[in-house]
Amino acid sequence: MERIIVARVDDIPMLRGRSVMAGGIEIALFRLSNGDIKAIENSCPHKQGKLSEGIVCDNHVFCPLHDWKINVSDGMVQSPDEGCVHTFDVEVDSTTGEIAILLEDRLREIGA
Amino acid sequence: MKKKLVLIGNGMAGVRCIEQVIKLNPNKFEIIIFGSEPHPNYNRIMLSSVLAGDAEMKDIVINDWDWYKENNISFYPGETVVSIDTSKQTISSDKNRTIGYDEVIIATGSLPFMLPIPGADKEGVIAFRDIKDCESMVDASKKYKKAIVIGGGLLGLEAARGLLNLKMDVTVVHIASYLMERQLDETAARMLQRELEGQGMRFLLEKNSDSVIGRKRVSALRFKDGSEEPADLIVMAVGIKPNIEVAKLAGVGINRGIVVNDMLETDIPHVYAVGECAEHRGVAYGLVAPLYDQGAVLARNLCGIEGETYQGSILSTKLKISGVDVFSAGQFTDDASTRSVRVQDDFTGIYKKVLIREGKIVGAVLFGDNTDSSYLFKLIRTGEDVTGREKTIVLGESGGTKAGGTSVAEMPDDEQICGCNGVSKGTIVRAIKERGLNSVEGVRACTKASGGCGTCKPVVAEILKYVLGDEAAEEKSGICTCTELGRDEIVAAIRSMELSTSKEVRNVLDWKNPEGCSKCRPALNYYLGMARPEEHTDERESRFVNERNHANIQKDGTYSVVPRIYGGVTSPKELKRIAEVAEKYDVPLVKITGGQRLDLFGVKKEDLPSMWEDLDMPSGYAYGKALRTVKTCVGSTFCRFGTQDAMGMGIQLEKKFERLNTPAKVKMAVSGCPRNCAEATIKDVGVVAVDNGWEIYVAGNGGAKVRESDLLVKVKTDEEVMEYSAAYLQYYRENANYNERTAPWVERVGLDTIKSALETPEQRKALVERIDHALSLLVDPWKEAVEEKTVRSLYEAIPVPVSVQS
Ligand code: SRM
Ligand SMILES: Cc1cc2nc3c(=O)[nH]c(=O)nc-3n(C[C@H](O)[C@H](O)[C@H](O)COP(=O)(O)OP(=O)(O)OC[C@H]3O[C@@H](n4cnc5c(N)ncnc54)[C@H](O)[C@@H]3O)c2cc1C
Ligand code: SF4
Ligand code: FES
Repeated sequence: MERIIVARVDDIPMLRGRSVMAGGIEIALFRLSNGDIKAIENSCPHKQGKLSEGIVCDNHVFCPLHDWKINVSDGMVQSPDEGCVHTFDVEVDSTTGEIAILLEDRLREIGA
Repeated sequence: MKKKLVLIGNGMAGVRCIEQVIKLNPNKFEIIIFGSEPHPNYNRIMLSSVLAGDAEMKDIVINDWDWYKENNISFYPGETVVSIDTSKQTISSDKNRTIGYDEVIIATGSLPFMLPIPGADKEGVIAFRDIKDCESMVDASKKYKKAIVIGGGLLGLEAARGLLNLKMDVTVVHIASYLMERQLDETAARMLQRELEGQGMRFLLEKNSDSVIGRKRVSALRFKDGSEEPADLIVMAVGIKPNIEVAKLAGVGINRGIVVNDMLETDIPHVYAVGECAEHRGVAYGLVAPLYDQGAVLARNLCGIEGETYQGSILSTKLKISGVDVFSAGQFTDDASTRSVRVQDDFTGIYKKVLIREGKIVGAVLFGDNTDSSYLFKLIRTGEDVTGREKTIVLGESGGTKAGGTSVAEMPDDEQICGCNGVSKGTIVRAIKERGLNSVEGVRACTKASGGCGTCKPVVAEILKYVLGDEAAEEKSGICTCTELGRDEIVAAIRSMELSTSKEVRNVLDWKNPEGCSKCRPALNYYLGMARPEEHTDERESRFVNERNHANIQKDGTYSVVPRIYGGVTSPKELKRIAEVAEKYDVPLVKITGGQRLDLFGVKKEDLPSMWEDLDMPSGYAYGKALRTVKTCVGSTFCRFGTQDAMGMGIQLEKKFERLNTPAKVKMAVSGCPRNCAEATIKDVGVVAVDNGWEIYVAGNGGAKVRESDLLVKVKTDEEVMEYSAAYLQYYRENANYNERTAPWVERVGLDTIKSALETPEQRKALVERIDHALSLLVDPWKEAVEEKTVRSLYEAIPVPVSVQS
């Protein structure tokens, strides 16, 4: 298990996404209206659209390329489309605002 | 390490399964595919259409060579797997390649069954299974005249139809007393025979083939009764047998096919089988629908996703011969426990039979009219109780729809309506019936039809009408699934309650999803900005990516940059600057657009601000719901026919309206004379010079649905051109639906409505004032991104030093 600090909460405006690299994997970070930070693989299962550029609503992001709707907490694509993306565990340090990604070893290999 | 997934057989079932695996989990496996045929994955079903000349080879490729590359699949075309070592977990090919696997799928399909009669190995005796066979038939038709097809089933009849189209004399030889005896009852089969005879096919029924006669090449077919029929080509279409060779050698459990359980697993761990080579609960299927179901189940199994297991399939078949509608599903011959409803009309050539057991439909045969096939098949599959409705199902209801005889009614169910998402008419009709849909949006949400380029929307609307009658389009629907309110109600609420953020709108108007969706978020942002330009602050998080980043996103996540070139008129200095920037940032493609300007493609997001800084030109808004280009012709400045300064007029218009937010993109053009070289009459606003003034045209469109524009007014002075264009645009801004271009808007509200809204000088003055106000609040977004640190930083990589703790 690796803990990688990738950004600070202020780097991401409300209801927006940003892309960061961690362990060789491109990850999309989202800042939800309830303050939560979510991290998923930054590649849509449809045609690899950059999800960090999508419109964020509640707990979902709409892919910017063809509008697939993806749950940013569990990574599941919503119907009528199918598929899923990897999700990553996130820790936010409430004093410094630092966002850390917890990377399982298994996943590091995929990216590398 | 990724796990290695090897697929043996690059056919319909196996590759479908791989597609699903990639969809479910694109990163789980390293995928390796072997295929004996030297082609990318193609649609075998469509070989009949290729043979009949209705499709070409390129039309039937399902996944082209690029697909394998894009998905990092190692593909070995023209290479046959000859053995599997299930203990070492390796496979070997006929090119001496040995590859290890973690999981292996056997999807080798089937082999055509060749009658083991003397002479069957002669030249000119072939099967109908793959591209090669198709090519042999086409070649033979060029040199020879007389063809025999052995087998009067689906495949045989489709082959025979193809050979007729290739101008051969065709005789179909069949062993049973009537055609397609495995799908049809005798009545339907006789009607079919009559129809095909009418098309020029000959039939020899109850004929048992004995031997093939000829020297090197076939010259005739002899029957057991001693008679003979001359032939230069014999196509055997008498059945298929599962191709189990490799599996058998590897010691995998087989019966007729490779035996699999409900998870498509064989009796050896890590070895799976799908498709025609597999046998599930004693059945080896020979149609694609069940094989696709199997593929989906196996994909879930491989990706470790829970879901339904494979429970077997009920089959339905259709004959793919144009002009002949034949459908059969489930049980088609009566027995002691069934009762049936039948319709037979020899005059129009229609026959329908529906078999019912204990209130449930167990089978159906249709001839001459397949309209009800998807509906009946649904009833068979679901086992719905139809007691009391038996007769209407066959005779009634659809009776109404048939009378209309519209073009959508005649379309076969498998006709593709949405090319982008591959949705057939049948799928749409079923979605409408099963889910009670009543709008194009609903159909899009459930089936994806019309969710791509959108050109098929009118057809989808027609299908809705055809299924539901006129109630279809009338149904009033909200701007998206979050609300039932339409545009007018929302805009009225924004104005009357003085709302200024989209969050307020959603709260006050009781949105179903508190944060909206990708449809309503940008729409509300637009309506607010239009109705309350001072009070509303543009919500970047509600803008679609292109408008948020002020550049057009590409399929690979890079962007394109189109600087403003007013009226398409540039200078050597400007061109040099663009060239230098293109070189400095290593821009992969520079293209002259259809809008008379330059496009720099393939730019990285983080390069955008500095590139804009170096260009030092305003944004061309090639990405926005805003004024795009104003195309001009050279006009009176140089042209011998020009009557006015078209370039000057165009530049003036572009400078005035650039950056303006509009419901959908707006394109303009100015031509210097009625020869109209700037194509002004297919623009949202088009201006055409005439001898002593200008004609202003509106609501043209050159896109998906071309529309010639309407003449709004003829004016004398340049000032009037500016006044009318401004008033017209503002009226459009205030009244059109978000995402509705001027052409459909004017069609909807009528040109007269617009003319009367712009009739008096007072009306125009008020509109012009409002548009001027809106324009006065706008700044160039590229300049903003260059100068404002907070905006600029969002284009750049996050500067946090990455720290890693194990
Ligand atoms: C670059 C350009 C093609 C080119 O290489 O020439 C282009 C490129 C795109 N067009 Fe276009 N259109 C371009 C001229 C046109 C024209 C011709 C014209 O403007 O004179 C038309 C037909 C005229 C018209 O619109 O009436 C045109 C009709 C469309 C349409 C269909 C619109 C419609 O109402 O039917 C779309 C799809 C849409 O807007 O939903 C579209 C959408 C697109 C998009 C934005 C697709 C997308 O959303 O990503 C393309 C972006 C490509 C990219 O990767 O950046 N493009 N497009 C042209 C840019 C012109 C410019 O300088 O701004
Ligand atoms: C002319 C025609 C019309 C048809 N029409 C219809 C229809 O209207 N509706 C319908 O539902 N079905 C139809 N079918 C049947 C349908 O095409 C098949 O059910 C389907 O293609 C079977 O898919 P599969 O993947 O199991 O086998 P296939 O598509 O045959 O794929 C198997 C592939 O594996 C390859 N292969 C075999 N052994 C090896 C090996 N050892 N190593 C590497 N590769 C190997 C083969 O060369 C082949 O390319 C039609 C078939 C034909 C021929
Ligand atoms: S540039 Fe326009 S026409 Fe060309 S592929 Fe893209 S959307 Fe289609
Ligand atoms: S790439 Fe995401 S929807 Fe197409």
